[in-house]
Amino acid sequence: MIHTDALARTFTVGKERVEAVRGIDLDVAEGELVAFLGPNGAGKSTTLRMLTSLLPPTSGTAQVAGIDVVAEPAEVRRRIGYIGQKDGAGHNYRVWDELLMQGRFYGMSKADAVASGSELLASLDLEGLRTRKVSSLSGGQKRRLDIALGLIHKPGLLFLDEPSTGMDPQNRANLWEHILRIREERGTTILLTTHYLDEADQMAERVVIVDHGRIIADDTADALKRKQAGDRLTVVVRPDQADTAQTLLATEGAEPASRPDADGVALSVRVEAASHAMPGVLERLRAAGVDVVAASAHRPTLDDVFLNLTGRSLREGE
Amino acid sequence: MSMAIALDVRNVWWRETLTIVRDPFSLIFSLLQPLVFLGLFGPLLSGLAGNGELFGGSSLQWFLPGVVVMITMFGTSMTGANLQFEIMTGAFERMLATPLSRTSLMVGRALKELTPLVVQALIVTLVAIPFGFVLYPLHVLVGLLMLGIFGVGVGALSYALAIAARKTEWIFWAVQQSLLFPLLILSGMMLPLETGPGWMQVASKVNPLTYIVDAERVLFSGTLASPTVAWGFVAAVVTAAVGLFVGIRSIRTATI
Repeated sequence: MIHTDALARTFTVGKERVEAVRGIDLDVAEGELVAFLGPNGAGKSTTLRMLTSLLPPTSGTAQVAGIDVVAEPAEVRRRIGYIGQKDGAGHNYRVWDELLMQGRFYGMSKADAVASGSELLASLDLEGLRTRKVSSLSGGQKRRLDIALGLIHKPGLLFLDEPSTGMDPQNRANLWEHILRIREERGTTILLTTHYLDEADQMAERVVIVDHGRIIADDTADALKRKQAGDRLTVVVRPDQADTAQTLLATEGAEPASRPDADGVALSVRVEAASHAMPGVLERLRAAGVDVVAASAHRPTLDDVFLNLTGRSLREGE
Repeated sequence: MSMAIALDVRNVWWRETLTIVRDPFSLIFSLLQPLVFLGLFGPLLSGLAGNGELFGGSSLQWFLPGVVVMITMFGTSMTGANLQFEIMTGAFERMLATPLSRTSLMVGRALKELTPLVVQALIVTLVAIPFGFVLYPLHVLVGLLMLGIFGVGVGALSYALAIAARKTEWIFWAVQQSLLFPLLILSGMMLPLETGPGWMQVASKVNPLTYIVDAERVLFSGTLASPTVAWGFVAAVVTAAVGLFVGIRSIRTATI
């Protein structure tokens, strides 16, 4: 569905050249659900805008739905759906008017647009809002209307730019329910960008981590976590026993995970399968006379992956 | 290909026009404006000119085409303001991502601003008839066609301005307002420039609007075969060509 070769984009801001995207090689097969994950300014949206033909690349090539984005931008747009970060529907318009006109913009006959629009309104819980003005919709309703606008022409490939930014957890979950169901029904290929770790983790089958305009990792969330981060154990011991404990766990690469306080010192240990390793570690500490105040097992998150790859946390920017 | 563009223009125009169709009361205010000008400014003009010699006969016959040009300028130079709102909210980006031709995005929007103009012109003209205005329907129709071409150009320029000023909204208004009134006054739309100083007359010669206003006056007075009318069409076509060129360039180069 998507094939890019060294896709790059440079902006000139004042006298400075900003390399927003520095050579992206990406292949997405039909039916995949891929998340572009990265901090703000990583080049996710710029890449998406190039793939949707909204922004011409400075160099490199991209074929989207089999069409070259530079040679035939209008043909690319005909075959894809694009849902941007802001509200797609005009605030001064009525829901049904916007939906029908969107169908017409894609060259659909009125009858086809009516059929497709009705189906989408029903499946996105928007039925009954046809004559409502867009500005009077709630945030969640507006976002679902965006989805309807992006799917009116039944595209095989859908781009979503930060689809759930600014939504509360309940609305996010609801939005995802709709997106995943429609994908199931239609077999739509989906590429989305996000800076929410849990969103990429739970929803996408494949996570592409982008930083400073480059792809730095590309795999399933599980594989990324296994290869790049691994499980961790945290044990909290009394401050005066911290050195003993650290020496004892030196082979596991124990390192202080917090500053000493009244409760003790937390030590972080990298292990395979944290829950299974925990009893053994506790036993060894006890045998050496170390009192363990608390202990916990951590499954790695995609943030740990990002931290391991870049030395920075994705959460820092939030 | 051109059929496809025409269809796109129609669709963009109709979407924009739906705001009027769904809320027709918005039209009433735009209808009042030219009537106010005609009713309050017109009598002053005829008083100023004594028996109207300055205006080659009836001051109404002279002033009315100017009012029609004025509402065209007011309307089409606003094209960008509506666009700016939709750039801000995101609807414009959604439309950019559809296969709509880039030209149709501009022309459709400019035509929407021209749509009320037809109604406005009709009402102003009808109201003026009892006061001695002589109506030449065919000539007025040709005049509206010229304004349509010219208006598309002004609309496209306004559109480009909105894209250029997309990050700072007030710049759009600052530029639009500081261009609109000098252009209107220097076209001799409100008052004849013959009595003005020499520099004003020179300035009016490089103002495309002057040729439009002059041509409309000739048309509204019932003359079709005149070089003034031909020059009016030249000014309209040149404005439209420049506007579309600048507008399309700004869509292609800008990152919304």
